[in-house]
Amino acid sequence: MLALLAAALAVSAAAGVLLGAVAIPLAGFGDALLGRGDPAAATIVRDLRLPRVVAAALVGGALGVAGALLQGLLRNPLADPYVTGASAGGALGAVAALALAASAPGAVVPLAAFSGALVAVALVWRLARLGGRTTVLTVLLAGVVLTSFAGAIVTLLLVASDRLSLRLRALVDVLVGGVSPRDTATLAAAAIVVAAGVVAALALAPRVDAYAFGEETAATLGIDTERTTTAVLVATALLAGAAVALAGLVSFVGLVVPHAMRGLVGARHRPLLAASFLAGAAALVLADLGARTLLAPAELPVGVITGAVGGPFFLVLLVRARWSLA
Amino acid sequence: MASGVRAGYGGRVVVDGCDVTLESGALLALAGPNGAGKSTLLRVLAGLLRPTAGTLTVEGRDLGSLSRREVARRIAVVPQLFDTLFPFSVREVVALGRTARLGAFGRLGAADAQAVDRALDALELRPLAGRRIDRVSGGERQRAVLAMALAQETGVLLLDEPTVHLDPAHQLATVALLRRLASERGLAVLAVLHDLNLAALADRVAVLAEGRIVRAGPPREVIEPCLVREVFGAGWRVTGDGERPVVAPA
Repeated sequence: MLALLAAALAVSAAAGVLLGAVAIPLAGFGDALLGRGDPAAATIVRDLRLPRVVAAALVGGALGVAGALLQGLLRNPLADPYVTGASAGGALGAVAALALAASAPGAVVPLAAFSGALVAVALVWRLARLGGRTTVLTVLLAGVVLTSFAGAIVTLLLVASDRLSLRLRALVDVLVGGVSPRDTATLAAAAIVVAAGVVAALALAPRVDAYAFGEETAATLGIDTERTTTAVLVATALLAGAAVALAGLVSFVGLVVPHAMRGLVGARHRPLLAASFLAGAAALVLADLGARTLLAPAELPVGVITGAVGGPFFLVLLVRARWSLA
Repeated sequence: MASGVRAGYGGRVVVDGCDVTLESGALLALAGPNGAGKSTLLRVLAGLLRPTAGTLTVEGRDLGSLSRREVARRIAVVPQLFDTLFPFSVREVVALGRTARLGAFGRLGAADAQAVDRALDALELRPLAGRRIDRVSGGERQRAVLAMALAQETGVLLLDEPTVHLDPAHQLATVALLRRLASERGLAVLAVLHDLNLAALADRVAVLAEGRIVRAGPPREVIEPCLVREVFGAGWRVTGDGERPVVAPA
């Protein structure tokens, strides 16, 4: 099954690189990649499409893994990677950077988004400890509080800043989710962060399995639940932070992909995380291809596609789950 | 293994001055009215709730000094609620019992697989091993969770109201199974049991009322008219001959 998903990702990536306003023939792909042959094709492949496909794959994979891990910890198939406040913090960071930086150089907005996401999750973790012990419930409550608070500040910035209205497209990409080509250094940094998050998630997977019957049963099975909760928060903050930094608030991927993958590979988190990474990456590469081509030459924010496809898809999953319960 | 234990939530004391000793090879039933503190005492014994006074030992060691992993190798707990929304197979659920013994990369070794097999066999779950836990009956799911606790291969097994969602036939079968597991495997088993007639089937009974253990001993010494009236109110008749008392509405 994992091999099948990997093949699906490879096909999606190939489609993402070859298709678009200028179609690249499959035969010319190798040359274009190596910078030989038609210089226009080489520029399109190497500078525009490949970075964009890589960014989309990283974002989709990171969201899939973070969603699967958080759903397991919270025992809630409706949890998404943003419940811990990473989205709101990331959006606040990005919007603040757009509002304050006169001309945002390539890496400033992603960096601000990533930092915002990490700070938000750290705050959630700290807030959740106020009651004495960090439990899944206090994390969830603190996440809600921080998300609405950061959301209010984002709105305040939107209303108060003249500069933001001039940069509507960048703003939409942050708030609705949009993949844009990134420079190699930004992509490499994001890839390292995502890789670290995925490795941490895979290491945590057997411990998250033990949450199947709740936090207290996880404890009686031998899990140090406070340490595990903290470790899951760190791993998912890295993943969601990287995703928000590269593509803003992409909806539904982190929610729907793990949900669908459970039906294919089962509930154990090692295979589930691997499957969620591959499927999430493939899904977002395809969604971004759709965002580029559906209304060409206009370009949709990718969040419009994931929302429009993910919403009904999720509904189908829900209805099927309801039937199987009945 | 518990002596003079006091515990509660916030400033509220729920159980106080409780002494509980579990014996290998025997089933102890913990009975008492709603709100008496049975589940709280069980959480204390499981190491989930720290007592504010008293001592707790397991295998001669202070429970508070052990890590969660070390506790889980000595004490297994069967939860009262065992619903999960995720499609684990029965075998995967039982394998969760090996969590405290997972190796460096979280893999199950051959010894772990054998322990899982033994637990599946003990509860006759082999034919269901590949089925999804959310697609078996309530009784089967409970057996799977019990097998998960058995797979921990601990000396102590604690159960919070294991009969509560079962029909009378399964209630009897569960208590019989717990006695058999205790005697065959030398386990020290404690089960919270609401029903006095089920508690009477255990080797020993402890009755908890208002946070204190009011009596403990063999069923016929504990479940007698005086105590039943005192703890559960008038309106009950205790009959039965010799070993097993029977409690019925008067």
